[in-house]
Amino acid sequence: MQNNIIALIEEIKRTANGLSQINIMEVCGTHTMAIGKNGLRQVLPQNINLISGPGCPVCVTSISDIDNIIELAENPCNYIFSFGDMLKIPGSKSSLYKKRSEGANIKVCYSPADAFDFAVKNPQKKIIFIAIGFETTAPLTAALIEKAYETKTNNFFIYNTHKIVPPAIEFLLNSSNKNNISAFLCPGHVCAVTGSRPFDFISKIYGKPAVISGFSAEDILKSILMILKQIKNNKPEVEIQYDWVVKENGNPIAIQYMDNIFDINDAIWRGIGNIKKSGLVLKNKFRNFDAKVSFALKDVLVPEPRLCSCGEILLGVKKPFECRLFGKSCKPDNPVGPCMVSSEGTCSAYFKYEKYKT
Amino acid sequence: MCVAVPAKVIKINGNNAEINSMGVIINIDISLVPDVAPGDFVIVHAGFAIQIIDNEEAQKTLEMFKNYAE
Repeated sequence: MQNNIIALIEEIKRTANGLSQINIMEVCGTHTMAIGKNGLRQVLPQNINLISGPGCPVCVTSISDIDNIIELAENPCNYIFSFGDMLKIPGSKSSLYKKRSEGANIKVCYSPADAFDFAVKNPQKKIIFIAIGFETTAPLTAALIEKAYETKTNNFFIYNTHKIVPPAIEFLLNSSNKNNISAFLCPGHVCAVTGSRPFDFISKIYGKPAVISGFSAEDILKSILMILKQIKNNKPEVEIQYDWVVKENGNPIAIQYMDNIFDINDAIWRGIGNIKKSGLVLKNKFRNFDAKVSFALKDVLVPEPRLCSCGEILLGVKKPFECRLFGKSCKPDNPVGPCMVSSEGTCSAYFKYEKYKT
Repeated sequence: MCVAVPAKVIKINGNNAEINSMGVIINIDISLVPDVAPGDFVIVHAGFAIQIIDNEEAQKTLEMFKNYAE
């Protein structure tokens, strides 16, 4: 395997030779982690610049949502089930971690099915699952909502923050004068569900190369090479490197689940703002399962922390090193902005793996 | 967040399946891949199989994970 990697790096160097500066955005937080962990930024030729994108769902969850979830946790009748990453995020006043240490019913789950099973076994308790994530995770929530509807499990709710990736990429492309993205490394597990077609616009409308990549060092290097070849041959298209997992039409059953349960609506991405048609909301038929509706919660506009550059970092305009707070007052054990909170956040990944590079 | 790992399906039980993920036996939900059969490899995200995958490549990846672990 090591030999493959050395050969790939050599081929990348040869192919990149003579090309001008190429900015490749990795949209997915799991790619950001894999790139950092394997030191890939350090082995690439100087004219290849990898930029991290907005693909960490925890990072783009608005402060208002965090405050609402904390409010739900303050009621002793409620049981909150969440993926672990959400707990550390500071809201405007507190965090789920703090609330849990004060005695709130907050449980970390590996699978959303754990939350549903708990609801079935405890009909007198109100269970709220924090539904977060992109197309990889949204079908799981959809399957459970369908189950809750069929079994009339009326004590099961979701606090829904699900978002979808293609509109965010389109938003980035429309503001590309600032971030200057030449090509995209597309998220492998999102595409395992959606397939490659929803990403076709990247090459067809915007004329940029895009490769759907797996998550090993070899996968990522192969994908970068595929992008370089597209640039060299001036033939931008959406290619699938992760082809043993990603099919052109994705997982049609998972897509059907999403279509049955969710409508598409505008959504607020923390640090970025409103992105049109980028959010998933429960269809009217299922609105009773929506914690925001059933517990009458509201969206309140909360300002971002002062001097925090997360917005520009999520858009690929700035690198973490260019933020005044990075590594000074903002560190993983005391994060100021969302990109430092989640382990897959751009700033957290840079702090862990790339902090010595200036 | 979008982490997913390959695993081999051992036994199917309605909407659930027992899988072997790098030696660990886990019970997962297969609502999203209803056509899955014992012996297939699936990619698992947060307790749900999200896609049936190519057997040969899955085995290669599992080998690679094993090498990392060693």
